Amino acid sequence: MLNNQGRPTSAGEATGSAHPTFTGNRALMVEEALLFEIGRADTTGVDVVKAKPVKSRLGGQERKKPIGLVGLSEPEAVRHFVRLSQKNYGIDTGLFPLGSCTMKHNPRLNEKMARLPGFGDIHPLQPQSTVQGALELIEELARYLMVLTGTEAVAMSPKAGAHGELAGMMAIKAAIEAKGEGATRRVVLVPESAHGTNPATAALIGFEVKPVPARADGTVHVRDVKKLLGPDVAAIMLTNPNTCGIFEPQVVEIARAMKKAGAYFYCDGANFNAIVGKAKPGDLGIDAMHINLHKTFSTPHGGGGPGAGPVVLSKRLAAFAPVPFIRRKGKKLELVEHAADAGAKQKPFGRVTAFHGQMGMYVRALSYMLSHGADGMKQASEDAVLNANYIRAGLQDLMSLPFPKHPSMHEALFDDAWLKDTGVTTLDFAKAMIDEGYHPMTMYFPLVVHGAMLIEPTESESRASLDLFIMALRDLAMRAKRGETERFSGAPYHAPRRRLDETRAARNPILRWVPPQPIQQAAE
Amino acid sequence: MRYLPLSAEDRGAMLAKIGVKSVDDLFSDIPADKLLKEPVALSHHASELSVERTLGAMAAKNIPASSVPFFVGAGAYKHHVPASVDHLIQRSEFLTSYTPYQPEIAQGTLQYLFEFQTQVALLTGMEVANASMYDGSTGTGEAVLMAHRVTKRRKAVLSGGLHPQYADVVRTLSEMAGDTVVSAKPDVTATEDLAKLIDAETSCIVVQSPDVFGNIRDLRPLAAAAQAKGALLIAVFTEAMSLGLIESPGAQGADIVVGEGQSIGNGLNFGGPYVGLFAAKQKYVRQMPGRLCGETVDAEGKRGFVLTLSTREQHIRRDKATSNICTNSGLCCLAFTIHMTLLGEKGLRATAELNHANAVELAEMLEAVKGVKVLTSAFFNEFTLKLPGNAAEIIEKMAKKGVLAGVPVSRLLPGAGLDDLLIVANTEINTDQDRAAFVAALKGAL
Amino acid sequence: MTTRYTKDHEYIRVEGDVGTVGITDYAQNALGDVVFVELPDLGKKLTKGGEAAVVESVKAASEVYAPVSGEVVAVNDKLPDSPGAVNEDPAGQGWFLKIKLANKSELEGLMSEAEYADYLKSIS
Repeated sequence: MLNNQGRPTSAGEATGSAHPTFTGNRALMVEEALLFEIGRADTTGVDVVKAKPVKSRLGGQERKKPIGLVGLSEPEAVRHFVRLSQKNYGIDTGLFPLGSCTMKHNPRLNEKMARLPGFGDIHPLQPQSTVQGALELIEELARYLMVLTGTEAVAMSPKAGAHGELAGMMAIKAAIEAKGEGATRRVVLVPESAHGTNPATAALIGFEVKPVPARADGTVHVRDVKKLLGPDVAAIMLTNPNTCGIFEPQVVEIARAMKKAGAYFYCDGANFNAIVGKAKPGDLGIDAMHINLHKTFSTPHGGGGPGAGPVVLSKRLAAFAPVPFIRRKGKKLELVEHAADAGAKQKPFGRVTAFHGQMGMYVRALSYMLSHGADGMKQASEDAVLNANYIRAGLQDLMSLPFPKHPSMHEALFDDAWLKDTGVTTLDFAKAMIDEGYHPMTMYFPLVVHGAMLIEPTESESRASLDLFIMALRDLAMRAKRGETERFSGAPYHAPRRRLDETRAARNPILRWVPPQPIQQAAE
Repeated sequence: MRYLPLSAEDRGAMLAKIGVKSVDDLFSDIPADKLLKEPVALSHHASELSVERTLGAMAAKNIPASSVPFFVGAGAYKHHVPASVDHLIQRSEFLTSYTPYQPEIAQGTLQYLFEFQTQVALLTGMEVANASMYDGSTGTGEAVLMAHRVTKRRKAVLSGGLHPQYADVVRTLSEMAGDTVVSAKPDVTATEDLAKLIDAETSCIVVQSPDVFGNIRDLRPLAAAAQAKGALLIAVFTEAMSLGLIESPGAQGADIVVGEGQSIGNGLNFGGPYVGLFAAKQKYVRQMPGRLCGETVDAEGKRGFVLTLSTREQHIRRDKATSNICTNSGLCCLAFTIHMTLLGEKGLRATAELNHANAVELAEMLEAVKGVKVLTSAFFNEFTLKLPGNAAEIIEKMAKKGVLAGVPVSRLLPGAGLDDLLIVANTEINTDQDRAAFVAALKGAL
Repeated sequence: MTTRYTKDHEYIRVEGDVGTVGITDYAQNALGDVVFVELPDLGKKLTKGGEAAVVESVKAASEVYAPVSGEVVAVNDKLPDSPGAVNEDPAGQGWFLKIKLANKSELEGLMSEAEYADYLKSIS
């Protein structure tokens, strides 16, 4: 008999090549059941003091039935989660060239700092007199962000990049409404190459999205923007450096055109890491830009979060920053938590989250900035750009560049023209990289390039590491061109799982564990 | 610079390979007058030791919850988190991985997300849960938008027991999106009649239990009243621990349940990062925001997990997405899942019982203090006190005595005429000595 | 019975004053495995070129536009549970909805089978 992972349930049943090992394990690669298959209702990994008998004040609302949760003792729990961790690829495992996502090294000092009790163990609503050091840290981080971006103000509280976008676009909407143009300025221009969050954000708060075409060289031309500009346009949302990894050469002209038309320039700062210390977005004429602390300033991605997305604002938008913000009052710092306390000059558009934002991420980001300093941040940007161009130079004879005219910034974009007639797709190529021990690059994004492969090595890679990566990709590229299609179409072969059936998952969604049917019923 | 592996020699050789003279040749698309020649006016790079000193000095100016008798709640709670939780979430493969878009090398993340979704669904009594939101407040805003999509109506009714900052988040989002919000007056003792605010335009009523003042509310009549008029009940909670002891919102008929998961596995962190829990009835799954993890099989037929129903999301649907959300709270979900695994049904229930017993004990002690009144009749681990004076001033005096006593209602609702009210939380961390210190400091401050 | 095609790769097969609408073999192939179909309510009044339904694969979502104006008189109830039919038999079991045509002359602007075949050649 086999269990639901295809493993025999008693000794002597494993036979032949179908079961190379009895357990299904492959040395360090250990199969792990679901928590709900190994946990028990009466097991716990904590020892809790017994509550004193008191007269319940739950108002008759206590649970009548068990919840259905299961527990594990501490050794079991530790083993369960360690085994799960071993099925993951992280930056610490190897080169993680995921374009647009900036998978740079996460310094452990930052983790240590965030866990200081004075930061990690303070409550957002305890008296402000008892958290002056925390407010000081937020102030200092805000100052660093404003100096690096050349802007007048920063709203710190947004919880991730898309949330920062939302806050920035809300500030723009508030500014437009304050001028009495809310009813007319309803259009937001978004280049076709933009991140999906841009149109989603604009649509969320009622703007109509109009696409701006990209030129054949992968950039946005001011003439194309001007054609779309009119009294109905509220803003443009432009990523710079853009999603093709190119610095928009006409960004200053575009900013000027927006201002002249009475509209605003929202810059998606996802790729700010390429130009930190090299150029200030404020000097380029932007009105708002979110900063993904988890990309540019290396707070860990943690399997998809948490992030942090402070949004810097120009003079034109500064008054509309949401609450809360920090203000100096004599020697003390104070949090302004309500619009009514904001003062005559400020017109906060509202609040985007409870409390004050991602303090844990602020500590890590400031720790990163203090460690690097102005000189180190500039060097990091230069190294990130140098590494990307080095990879590009090492691969451009075998793979095809859609936009060869511009130097790459922090990421190199290839298309799939070079794979034509090989029978290998971008997806297959990416999956074959897994077998070589690499995380794949970003695939099929940006949408303006066919079969896009976006490679961002970051500044954390040594020359030796880049050389090996280039050689491995060259070898794969040659195999693809030689027609070794099986190497690709079946990949990955050596990962904890082979290619997963996403169609099946979507057609018949199983989104939680449910107890298996008793065998008699299942057989009926 | 300890984080940058390239040497000057490497850089020179690499530039030569690329075929440019200097690194600034790679920045040639930046207009020459905008390219910075010198580092910006910020500090020079610093050693680990130096950074530790600078940040350590800032941290030392704050009073950590674990260093004093601590009773502050109102949306974030101090609980004991087992040591193994923080150890495990710092495993490199969890800490430094990305959103699991490559499922073959992200089964670790995907499997714990599947376990997380199951735990949240069980805890809330709902059919499905997503892989987390930023936090409870933004999750509540998303829940309201989801209710609008489901009902094709655009008016939300907010209970006066909803955390005021959650209500502000909902109002800001709704105002910007052009939707309507009706907010009931602050409802300290849970006496409001929300049903009468529901009309044919109402998409949802948003009710928190335990509410911001600590009241446990009976959601059943509200669910019935909402559903009778084609509206949804969105049940909100800020104290996930309470669900270990009180009836789940799902069992009471909620359509969407959203709340803050910080209490399980996550520290106070001065307000973030936290983890939003989001669950709903199965029939609404395609209108849910955020990521969903689902079960499938690989090419060899082995069970595995993937992100699924992605066509709801911004990277595919763009301006027609259910939400603009991209990042979630991955690592905070993991902390939640590990802590919940360690607790199990048994540990969760025992901890929740201890929370309640401690809170009842403190309430009884405070009821014996002259001039002080406990206003909350049915509560879990938090209640509202009426004090014979200004609560904000009283807690400052108590803070000077080394007791952090709670959240004055005026901090959340200034100008509402509720300046004499104090919200007090009491969890498993509070000892008999803590409670005695609270009462003594309060008497001294009155 | 006549079948007409749109540039967005919908077909409409007309019998009397009712047309059956679906997506073409080319469209299902471009989309990949269909995992979900969202159909309109019965009785909904559609206008030519307006959104009639949504079809989703794992990585893409597309609108299905009404080839002609009219009222929805039937939808394919089996699709939500077996969306694979769109891939396996787009012209048969994989149909989406039936429209009662409001204005038969709208058919004249659509392509015939031969014209559609030429159109496919021109875009490939």
